[in-house]
Amino acid sequence: MKRPIIELENVQKYYGDYHALRGITTTIGEGEFFSLLGPSGCGKTTLLRTIAGFEDPSSGVLKIDGKDMDGVPANVRPTNMVFQSYAIFPHLTVEENVGFGLRRDPRSAADKARAVQEHLEMVGLKGYGKRAAHALSGGQRQRVALARALILKPKVLLLDEPLSALDKKMREQMQVELIRLQRQVGITFILVTHDQEEALVMSDRIAVMFEGQIAQLDDPETLYRLPKSRQVADFIGTMNFLPAQVLSETPDGFEVEVAGLGRAALTARQAPGRPTGDVAVGFRPETLTILYEGQQAADRESPGIVEEVVYYGDMTYYDVKLDGVAAPVRLSMRNVFGRPVLDRGTRTRVAWAPGALVLFR
Amino acid sequence: MANRLHRLGRSEAANGLVLVSPPAIFAVLLLAAPLGLLFLYSFLTDGYLTILWEFTFQNYRDAWSDPLVRTVMLRSLGVSMMVTAITVLLAFPVAYFVSFHVRPDRKSLWLFLITIPFWTSYLIRVFLWKVILGYNGVLNSGLLGLGLIDEPLTFILYNVNAVVITLAHAYAPFAILPIFVALEKIDRSLLEAGRDLGESDLMTFWRVTLPLSMSGVVAAVLIVFIPTIGDYVTPQLVGGPEGRMVANIIHLQYLRLDNYPAGSAIAVSAMVMVTAISLLFLFLNRRFLRGRK
Repeated sequence: MKRPIIELENVQKYYGDYHALRGITTTIGEGEFFSLLGPSGCGKTTLLRTIAGFEDPSSGVLKIDGKDMDGVPANVRPTNMVFQSYAIFPHLTVEENVGFGLRRDPRSAADKARAVQEHLEMVGLKGYGKRAAHALSGGQRQRVALARALILKPKVLLLDEPLSALDKKMREQMQVELIRLQRQVGITFILVTHDQEEALVMSDRIAVMFEGQIAQLDDPETLYRLPKSRQVADFIGTMNFLPAQVLSETPDGFEVEVAGLGRAALTARQAPGRPTGDVAVGFRPETLTILYEGQQAADRESPGIVEEVVYYGDMTYYDVKLDGVAAPVRLSMRNVFGRPVLDRGTRTRVAWAPGALVLFR
Repeated sequence: MANRLHRLGRSEAANGLVLVSPPAIFAVLLLAAPLGLLFLYSFLTDGYLTILWEFTFQNYRDAWSDPLVRTVMLRSLGVSMMVTAITVLLAFPVAYFVSFHVRPDRKSLWLFLITIPFWTSYLIRVFLWKVILGYNGVLNSGLLGLGLIDEPLTFILYNVNAVVITLAHAYAPFAILPIFVALEKIDRSLLEAGRDLGESDLMTFWRVTLPLSMSGVVAAVLIVFIPTIGDYVTPQLVGGPEGRMVANIIHLQYLRLDNYPAGSAIAVSAMVMVTAISLLFLFLNRRFLRGRK
């Protein structure tokens, strides 16, 4: 773990009776790209605004770079924010916006102007300095907001759903640019988002939040492969659930009976969550493969019938009803050349591997 | 042809014209026509109780060379500038308070309360100020009673001060409302951005809130300045001889001396002055009035 830059210890926030943050304890490292992911109302924006200094925690400790932030106002914290609305000053030019925070900078006016130009270039807005800020497109405003924050060399950059107002193409482009920018400047980025794909693409670590609490904090791959609860699994991508029964439990693993798939041996790692009593087995759509004529499963296979076909161009999603299970499971196949798309009603076999299953118990 | 007329009759433009024509005719008859007549009079010759159709610039020459007219004109200008300054300076904090510190569901109640002065007639409000500011008025008897003064203050009624106080009170809502609207339009995240970028609340106000509310301040200035310079009732009732303003002189020329051309020339001169000052003011503030999304 790198040197901690942000330390949160049992941070609570009440708005009247409403309990917005229910004891957040975590540490965010220097130079980390950290995401707060969750549905609206889960407290992720409140947490970000608490770090920025726009909200005071009701209780708990927040430290930035080792210093307690209790009573430290937003304008002296070593953080800067990219607002969801971008908050570009409409009465100023692009240059004046980017240089807004440099008023008390001791450097000469010429040095400041040079810094403004460098940062405009860094975000790909070279030559836009003299434009009126209100005449910019959404993507350009976003870049101005980034330059305006980064020019102050914050220890932490806070991003409040910065891409939610952009169209899909632009969003994907900005995701890549944000990653590049973060590597270039090397400071901690904390991103708030409700878009799980965005969080997976960009983050070193993701904190999934529900109802004011962190439900799981992991790197994207662990989060995707080994969600700790059905709620997390549902929020990140698609996950199929099949009813199951634990036959035996040893320190090394479990023997389970899964509806439609049969018996399987799982390792202890495949049950990452705490027991809740609601037993099910989950797996991602891409871990199941349709077997065509003459193909053999590398590990296990189960019979079923194709109930629905959703064609996406590069992929096809199939809803397959496994024999002995009422609800269909969704699986995805890449449409490689020469592989036919199956029709509804086709009887088929699906290949699966016990190692790809996750046990919720 | 008939077909084309028929189409025209059904077109959106025709519908629009039909819709605006009653107020347009109203405005032409009651605004443009009298103004044109006034303008025309100012170039005609006075023939004592009649008007002679002889074109002349003499009315303007007389108006601009008369020291009395010049003094009154400058006084009107000074009074309305002072009224404007006082009104807008006092209106801004009120508008700011309502916009930023009043709960959203209470804002309309506050605006409603601000308009209360309009519930009584303007004339009655002016007379109320006479009661307050008079020799035996509320203010003087109050101060005498408290022992703060030994004899009644006389500089507060029947002079320019009384005119300024009365007008500033009368126009306060007109100044508060446009400033309030401009403040309401400011995205609150801009203020957070100001603080986030290292500025204190005061500096954020100076660098963000104030420039963004200038469109409202400019509107308030014009709304107060333009009508007060030509105000007639207030100086007539509380101004006394030394508080007379340009409208009183015009009234004198028209109705007492029956000299329509001279009165018209003074009126047109005052209009030109107001227009010139307003345009200059708009020009000086043009950077705050740029269009924005």
